[in-house]
This record gives sequence, structure tokens and C-alpha cells, in this order.
Amino acid sequence: MTDRLRDKIVPVTALLLAIVAVWYVGAYVMNAPFQRDLDRRGGATPTRWEFVVKTMTQAKPTLPAPHQVAVNFYENTFLRKVTSNRSLVYHSWVTLASTLLGFAFGTALGILIAVGIVHVLSLDRSLMPWIIASQTIPILALAPMIIVVLAAVGVTGLIPKALISTYLSFFPVAVGMVKGLRSPEAMQLDLMRTYNASQWQVFRKLRLPASVPFLFASMKVAIAASLVGAIVGELPTGAVAGIGSKLLSGSYYSQTIDIFAALVAGAIVAMLLVTAVGLAGRLVERAMGARPA
Amino acid sequence: MSGQNQPVSVVEAKGLGLTFTTNDGPVQALSNVNLQIGKGDFVSFIGPSGCGKTTFLRVIADLEQPTEGTIAVNGMSPEEARKSRAYGYVFQAAGLYPWRTIARNIALPLEIMGYSRAEQRERIARTLDLVNLTGFENKYPWQLSGGMQQRASIARALAFDADLLLMDEPFGALDEIVRDHLNGQLLELWARTNKTICFVTHSIPEAVYLSTRIVVMSPRPGRVTDVIESTLPRERPLDIRETPEFLSIAARVRDGLRAGHSYED
Repeated sequence: MTDRLRDKIVPVTALLLAIVAVWYVGAYVMNAPFQRDLDRRGGATPTRWEFVVKTMTQAKPTLPAPHQVAVNFYENTFLRKVTSNRSLVYHSWVTLASTLLGFAFGTALGILIAVGIVHVLSLDRSLMPWIIASQTIPILALAPMIIVVLAAVGVTGLIPKALISTYLSFFPVAVGMVKGLRSPEAMQLDLMRTYNASQWQVFRKLRLPASVPFLFASMKVAIAASLVGAIVGELPTGAVAGIGSKLLSGSYYSQTIDIFAALVAGAIVAMLLVTAVGLAGRLVERAMGARPA
Repeated sequence: MSGQNQPVSVVEAKGLGLTFTTNDGPVQALSNVNLQIGKGDFVSFIGPSGCGKTTFLRVIADLEQPTEGTIAVNGMSPEEARKSRAYGYVFQAAGLYPWRTIARNIALPLEIMGYSRAEQRERIARTLDLVNLTGFENKYPWQLSGGMQQRASIARALAFDADLLLMDEPFGALDEIVRDHLNGQLLELWARTNKTICFVTHSIPEAVYLSTRIVVMSPRPGRVTDVIESTLPRERPLDIRETPEFLSIAARVRDGLRAGHSYED
């Protein structure tokens, strides 16, 4: 327990405090010009300390101070009904739903592509450049097109947003799984050959189980990418709910505190998702007889 | 032990040659190998690295294709023999699946070959007993020592009752004490099952101690320089290795190896 304190909690807390300190300095520096302007026009002559406090308590600061974000986040997370459209829990849930759906699609698609690449020579030769090219297109440019095209054929709601997540998340899974499915050594494949095993048996009994650690490693990247995809998908569509829409409306009305609170909500969701995938990976590896670390 | 004495060829190679095409040009791994291995033989292949002993074993197993000559395994082509699951192959590394328990590792070939659950259980128990690993069914490979892992991999090769056992330096990565122990166990297993065993090694005492025949090979190109019929009895206690007979066979093997080398230098 004391090891954990020394190895994890102390360094993480120290870093967090440093960030908060820098943030406060930043908030003062960024908000001071506007406050000076305001005071000059209002004829106010605050003391040095009063001035500092004022830069930290503006309603629409250029850079909100950490405590402003914290208060906003607390109020909109714990003091609102979760069905209220001001609740961050509600918006997070909307984003989470399309993240998870897109992640499920993306993982399935990534595995499918990897299986194809590993087993079909022509796919091995042809598919990878396209997959890599697909990831060089800025998702911000592509997202509105996906939404508009799908809406034109009558698909709206969760699916188009989820497809943007899919687009971002299939890539790490495909790359990781190609590596994972090819991870068995030549000797293992020779052994299967001596048993006269079919290609399906080699896949089912050797390649697939050998690829599991690779799958979970790439799923960690994929789920974070899915969340980004879902948020980006909410931006250009005028979505009325979700973390993305919260960011968008915050920027429309200069509600910088709201924007930062939504970002914090997004970060927490991402953290929870990555942790959940990591935990699932550990459970699966434990069930597969891995040596306890 | 064995009742039938009529010569049945398990492996028969005639003028066998194999040339690999590499980026640096062709490499002749085997050249004009003529060899006949009878049923119940324990044949060791010994020679320096690059002499083609492993390649020859892999040709028998249909893991490499010869470029010259012919080879028959149980009277069939190696491919047919492989497809009829005529042999079990033991590699230098145990190569157990880390995600399977020892019992499930041994079940692997049985699952692939479509044995029933009940039959699998019975065979796992029987082969674990053969390699003295009863009680380790539910352990994972990392929980076993290197020697025990290699024994489990031998059990895996024995599980489906192939009459031919191909072993490619199975104890090469183990220390000498464990190796002595496993050699004794292997002889015992051979006596109990009357299998034909082809055994690749680069240890002279190991080859002499185990084999009924010792095939001495030399490199570049890989070829057979001597085939020594062992005059040792089938029953071999460990201290047989101090007898004059043992030492004279070992000396002949050493001479054969040296002859192969001087030919090259």
C-alpha cells in the first residue's frame, strides 16, 4: 500500500498540482487585459488582490480558472437531474452510446479486415495502402459528408455518429490484429502442419488465441479514438445533445466555463473507457492462464 | 520386446538431395542421402550444424520438399504420411501454448484430429503417465520447469499414437542432469511403446546411449558419412556409458565426425 502511495499517488498528485498552478497563472495573464479594460471604463480602482480575484471570477473568461470549471462541472454533474439537457451526465451518456456502438462496429470491422489480410494474399497486397490512406483524411472534413450522405438515404440518429467512430477505431484494431494473427512462430505453424490441421483450425486454435493480447492493446487505442469520433460527429451536425454539442453551443455563446467543463467530462469518459478495456483485457488474460504480473 | 523381425521400412530414402534457393544463390542442404529405417529402430542423426540432419527430419515430416531422389514414409510419400498422421514431431523448444493447461496442450492434436471428449481424456491420462507428468494436468506451461515442458511436448506428440516419433534436438536446450534423466525416460518409453524414433542431436554420448543406429553426417553439402549399428543391448542402465563397448562406439562416432570435417578443411 505504501508502495502504491510512493509509486503512483505522490507523483500523480504532484503533477496535478503543478498543472493547476500553471493554469491559475495562465488564467490571470489571459483574463487581466479584459478586466483592466472593464475597471477603467467602470472607474473602479481595485487593490492588487481584488484585481486578481476579479480575473478569476469573470462570467465569460478567456481562460476560466480551475475552480470555476470545477464548480461548473460539479453543479452540472451532481446537482442536475440526469435527464436534464444541462446535465453533463446526460450529454456524456449520449456521446458514450455512439462511442460504444461505433467502437463495436470498428472492432468487428478491424478484426474482419485483419483476418482477410492474413489469409488472402490479394488482400494482403492491396488493402493496407487504402487503410492507411483512409486515416490520413482529416475526420473533421469527412464527418459532415458522412452525416449528410446518410441523412439523404434516410439514416439519421445514432448510426451516422457511430460510423464516424467506426471510421477512426477500425484502424488500430486492424493493424494490431494483423500483427497478432501473425505472431505465432514458424515452429508453431509447422506443428499445426504436422497435425494436418485445416486453415480454420490453425486460425481458431492458434492464431486467434495468440492475437488476444494484441487485440486488447489496440482496443485501448481504438476506444479513445471512438470517443473522439463521436464528439467530432456531434460538431457539424448541430446535434442537440452530447459532449460535442455542448462544446459547440459553449463556443457559440462564449460560455468558456461550459466548454472546459464539457472537456473535463469527455476526459473522464475517455479515462473510464480505456480503464474498462484494460481491465477486461486483464480478466481475459487471467482466464487464459497468463502468469500473474 | 518386438515379436516381428521381418524388415519393414518406416523410412526409405534413395539418392535424396535438397537444394535451397536463397538470395546468396543455391545452398545444398542434403546430397545423395541413402538410408533405410526399420520399424522399432531408434536412429540418431549426429553432425555439426549445417550438416542437414534437421533438414532430413523435416523432409520426412513433409515440412521441406526434396529436390532430388525419392523418399518413402511407411511406403507412402511424406505428404500422404503426414496427412494420415503417421508421425509425431517434437521440436527443440517445447512450444506449448501458454494459454492452454498441460492437459489441454496434449489435447490439441486430438481436438484437431477429431477424437471424442472421452477418448481425449483417456489419452491425456495415458500419455501423461508415459512421461511421468501425472498430476500436472491443470498447470499452465509457465508453472513447469524446462524439462517438464519438454516432456509435456513429447506427450503431445505421443497422444495420437503415431508409430513414428521425429525428435529434433528435443533436449538441446536443457542442462546435462535433466538431459540424462530424460534420456533414461525416453529409452523406457521407447521400450514400452515400441515406436520408431528418429532423433537429431549433436551430443555424442546422447546418440550412443539412445540409439540402435547412429547416422553420422557432415556439412556442405549435407551427407551421410557413416551409419553405425549399435551393439549395445536394448536394456541400458545409465552406467553403461562407462563400458568399453560404449566408449568404442563413441570413438567411432567421433572419428566419423572428424573425417567429415577434415574433408571440408
